[in-house]
Amino acid sequence: MSRGFSPETRERLERDAKEIIGRYPKPRSALLPLLHLVQAEEGYVSDRGEEFCAEMLGLTKAEVVGVSTFYTMYKRKPVGEYHVGVCINTLCAVMGGDQIWDELSEHAGVGHDESTPDGKVSLERIECNAACDFAPVMMVNWEFFDNQNPASAKQLVDDLRAGKQVTPTRGPKRLCTFKEASRVLAGFPDDLAGDGPAAGAPSLEGLRIAKENGWTAPAKEDSE
Amino acid sequence: MTTLTPVLTRNWDQPDSFTLRGYGDYAAARKALGMDPDAVIQAVKDSGLRGRGGAGFPTGLKWGFIPQNDGKPHYLVVNADESEPGTCKDIPLMMANPHALVEGIVITSYAIRAAHAFIYVRGEVLHVVRRLRAAVREAYDAGLLGTDVLGSGFDLELTVHTGAGAYICGEETALLDSLEGYRGQPRLKPPFPAVAGLYACPTVINNVESVASVPSIVANGPSWFSSMGTEKSKGFGIFSLSGHVTRPGQFEAPLGITLRELLDMAGGVRAGHRLKFWTPGGSSTPIFTEEHLDVPLDFESVGAKGSLLGTRALQIFDETTCVVRSVLRWTEFYAHESCGKCTPCREGTYWLKHVLKRLEKGEGTEEDLTTITDIADNIVGRAFCALGDGAAAPIHSSIKHFRDEYLKHFEVGGCPFDRAASTVWENA
Ligand SMILES: Cc1cc2nc3c(=O)[nH]c(=O)nc-3n(C[C@H](O)[C@H](O)[C@H](O)COP(=O)(O)O)c2cc1C
Ligand code: SF4
Ligand code: FES
Repeated sequence: MSRGFSPETRERLERDAKEIIGRYPKPRSALLPLLHLVQAEEGYVSDRGEEFCAEMLGLTKAEVVGVSTFYTMYKRKPVGEYHVGVCINTLCAVMGGDQIWDELSEHAGVGHDESTPDGKVSLERIECNAACDFAPVMMVNWEFFDNQNPASAKQLVDDLRAGKQVTPTRGPKRLCTFKEASRVLAGFPDDLAGDGPAAGAPSLEGLRIAKENGWTAPAKEDSE
Repeated sequence: MTTLTPVLTRNWDQPDSFTLRGYGDYAAARKALGMDPDAVIQAVKDSGLRGRGGAGFPTGLKWGFIPQNDGKPHYLVVNADESEPGTCKDIPLMMANPHALVEGIVITSYAIRAAHAFIYVRGEVLHVVRRLRAAVREAYDAGLLGTDVLGSGFDLELTVHTGAGAYICGEETALLDSLEGYRGQPRLKPPFPAVAGLYACPTVINNVESVASVPSIVANGPSWFSSMGTEKSKGFGIFSLSGHVTRPGQFEAPLGITLRELLDMAGGVRAGHRLKFWTPGGSSTPIFTEEHLDVPLDFESVGAKGSLLGTRALQIFDETTCVVRSVLRWTEFYAHESCGKCTPCREGTYWLKHVLKRLEKGEGTEEDLTTITDIADNIVGRAFCALGDGAAAPIHSSIKHFRDEYLKHFEVGGCPFDRAASTVWENA
């Protein structure tokens, strides 16, 4: 067995794990959030993280590994404090995502799934992140950075490495670390839901035009 | 002329639209909880609402398949995995208006007699996860979830569950496996989820937008809903315009609106360029061209022209865009996301990717076009789930409409297009 967590860490993780498991009719459903939880502890899913999940759910480690390796968000090795994704699916790629990736990767000196030597930033080629009307799209620790270009992308990574505050386009004022983000995904909210806009400008385009023209849905049925 | 009909998007420009105060008082849920559950199902049947997740299955009919008085727990699972390339409506909906979804969940769960509902949301959208959890917490605090919802005697737990990066988990049975803590791989059907879904219990799986549309139907009446749209495709839907458009974005309109009408509203294809090809409903729906500008965007009309309405993800590409490059990138996506369960898709997407790479570099032959057509033919109808069919869609449709462009690649020994010309900053 690999070295486990320290007794204090383990006690804290067990408390969190039990809370997560309690949300489901069957314990095994808690596996994905538990993997997010151990990722929040170490910045990746380690051997001992997998062992911990297995113990909490009464599974074998092989069963846990079979699951964790299936999902791309679980990282096999530590990622940067800021994990930067560039969308390279067709629409973003064509709109400039490919050029952003090429220039950014060269600028930072790291490739797909690699981290800068200072451990600050890692890069990933990501698939469509459901923000195509904001193309080209980047994500940092799974927060939206919309409408990027090569210069803004390089500036973003430079700022992250220099420890400057950067603000997502649609997200909280302060960008969380990768570990903090993973904890939110595990189901432990920070109090940042109220930050940021309700919607970005493209999301409002149709509504704006409807208002301008006085268009609405029909009035409700008379009989209702 | 078709005009826009903001319902789900109506409050998005309010700064507090995502809070209970900004949303409203769940009047539709109050009304539904005073109705017989079967009457709620009937209202949704009468409205003509069809699934907004891509396949267009009638929502009320699906709810009606849930066996009643079977002594088993029932579950509602909301599919919030939105990962189909080009699709970008559920994410802004949950960011700006999560209570529409939560209210829809209360009504749907009551109708199908479920006491526990889940939102399976993709993990890569942190702020959306926050907004959902905050809305759920607010709803619990206001007595809109939990035990004895609004004093009706109806109990409902709602769990927000985050995925971890796998497109296949949007397929409804793979989603169930994933929610049960396994690798997300599709299940054999039958049994259908309505009979044996989550934990082998009767389960309804619906798309975010489908469920979020339910409160408006209950509040305004089924014939209000069915007064919008076309004969067999009723109601409104969110149409997502992206790509080479002057003002991309979300447009909520009756089904049956055309791309020409939507493009007019969005300021047209970007200045100085013209439409080359587009997807009506995401990358898994066969591509259309300029000749399809006036096809009514409803299930039947798009189907009759050889494509699918899908998720109304209108990805617009102008004449600067290389079709071969685009299809290669989508194919790489399908190869990466193929879950590996069945051979036609696992092997097929792998080989498609390799042959297309060669073609894109201009190192292919005309025979390669036959090869990729054959591989794609071999996937369609033989794959275990619809991901396989989706992977074949761009191949078949691009060869049909743009065969010459493939040929051009090996005539000139490379890609004849200038990538820089397609970028956003090229026109800036
Ligand atoms: C590969 C694949 C991915 C899918 N992804 C999604 C998705 O992200 N969201 C969704 O609602 N439906 C998705 N679907 C469709 C679902 O299987 C299912 O039809 C839908 O959730 C049913 O809800 P509806 O009837 O309300 O549309 C996907 C299907 C396939 C084959
Ligand atoms: S078609 Fe592809 S994604 Fe679907 S089961 Fe087969 S291998 Fe998996
Ligand atoms: S293609 Fe990049 S967000 Fe959809």
